[in-house]
Amino acid sequence: MRPGREREDEQHQPRPAATAVGRLPYPAGVRAVSATRIMDEEEIRRAVTRIAHEILERNHGAEHVALVGIAKRGDDLARRLAAEIERIEGVAPPVGVLDITFYRDDIGMRAEAPEVHETRIGFDLNDRVVVLVDDVLYTGRTIRAAMDALVDLGRPRAIQLAVLVDRGHRELPIRADSVGKNVPTRKDEIVRVCLREQDGEDAVYVEEPGGSA
Amino acid sequence: MNKHLLSINDLTAEDIVRILDVAESFREVGTRVIKKVPALRGRTVVNLFYENSTRTRISFELAAKRLSADVINFTTSGTSVAKGESLKDTARTLQAMGADAIVIRHSSSGAPHQLTRWVSGRVLNAGDGTHEHPTQALLDLYTIRDKLGRLEGLRAAIVGDVLHSRVARSLTFGLVKMGAEVTLVGPPTLIPPEAPQWGAQVSYDLDAVLPKLDVCYLLRVQRERQRQRFFPSVREYARRYGLTRERVAALPEGCLIMHPGPMNRGVEIDSDVADLPRSVIEEQVTNGIAVRMALLYLMLGGAGEGGGA
Repeated sequence: MRPGREREDEQHQPRPAATAVGRLPYPAGVRAVSATRIMDEEEIRRAVTRIAHEILERNHGAEHVALVGIAKRGDDLARRLAAEIERIEGVAPPVGVLDITFYRDDIGMRAEAPEVHETRIGFDLNDRVVVLVDDVLYTGRTIRAAMDALVDLGRPRAIQLAVLVDRGHRELPIRADSVGKNVPTRKDEIVRVCLREQDGEDAVYVEEPGGSA
Repeated sequence: MNKHLLSINDLTAEDIVRILDVAESFREVGTRVIKKVPALRGRTVVNLFYENSTRTRISFELAAKRLSADVINFTTSGTSVAKGESLKDTARTLQAMGADAIVIRHSSSGAPHQLTRWVSGRVLNAGDGTHEHPTQALLDLYTIRDKLGRLEGLRAAIVGDVLHSRVARSLTFGLVKMGAEVTLVGPPTLIPPEAPQWGAQVSYDLDAVLPKLDVCYLLRVQRERQRQRFFPSVREYARRYGLTRERVAALPEGCLIMHPGPMNRGVEIDSDVADLPRSVIEEQVTNGIAVRMALLYLMLGGAGEGGGA
């Protein structure tokens, strides 16, 4: 599960292990005062279906489309979108996973080097329409890094962006082409996306940060 | 991780696993068309080599460049060192120029340790005297884990001039730390008396050791030391400790053949043995870049002072 994005640079911190359905785990030292569920399993499923339709509509089919998820949760969402597109269109777009660690703009500003994940893109990006997939869009810095990483790997025909939650507070001129849900938040709130693959349940929570435990 | 990398013993087993895991990601970078990421943009890495070295220096240089760091190669010939500058003064000069990391190779054991007292940047030992060569050991561990899937419980022999070999020391410490069994093999004159304290076994009979190995690691015969008569002749060494076709036949299926290079073909390893598919000598070189990228990234990717210690 995700220890929130109260700051964009928190996103690659090691996460506590997934816990049982319905129970919220917290990162060490943080205790949420209250958590509001803003999306449940059904809503996430519908959002994925709608985004899949939007991708197909925007690109007139799936022929040149490839999905690239940003590690870690964007990866799972990209696979779900691909499965949905295959169900609708009968064609499965290729799916890759992108780690943006080496492209971050805050390397050297943290005490320790950020955790590194895997990049695995087993297809040629050239001339593809690459849809970047992430769970939460916040400052936009992750997407900036992801675009830099992508263009080092090839020259896509176009790059589009699909996210499950847009929580606002952009620090860069970036917007998503498809959004599962727009959620107005305060900067000190934490948006927590839980996905079955890693967390045992499908849900999105907005949490009020509490004091240190 | 420690601030500096002077010895394999600066690292815990968890540190080693982390370095090897990060190296895995960097190996992927090495397969791209653009083999470069901006992770260490603006950092300066100095290669300070007091001893000749081609592969280690080039490997570090490539590693730093693929991370977008600026690299300065400082070799001793034709520089201020040739004019008689001391290590301390050279270190202070590099410090004044703002080096974030210094990769040092020196013929004196302990020189990298001395260097840490004079500079504020990170120090990476690229081989000091007969002491250690930790990055070589790490790339060897990476290669073994990559090929055999694990390190724990493996049986490895390190064969040859263990006495003068910093590679043998570092690799033995590393393998023992990771739970492998190490046997040091060579003529008695070339096995240091303190070897049993490293957690390794000792054997003077290569043929007795071969049949149960997972890794057969050959050390370079340092011909320049032959003047001191550690063994009667190079030919006799080759006969007793060289890895020949016949000896390869005694190795179990799947046993890796490794060598840190440069090789003396026909002495410690027969020429056709070096080119067998189970010999992973070239992969060691390729993996060396990824492992050094991982080290530079982990050591320089944080905030520095106070962080990651």
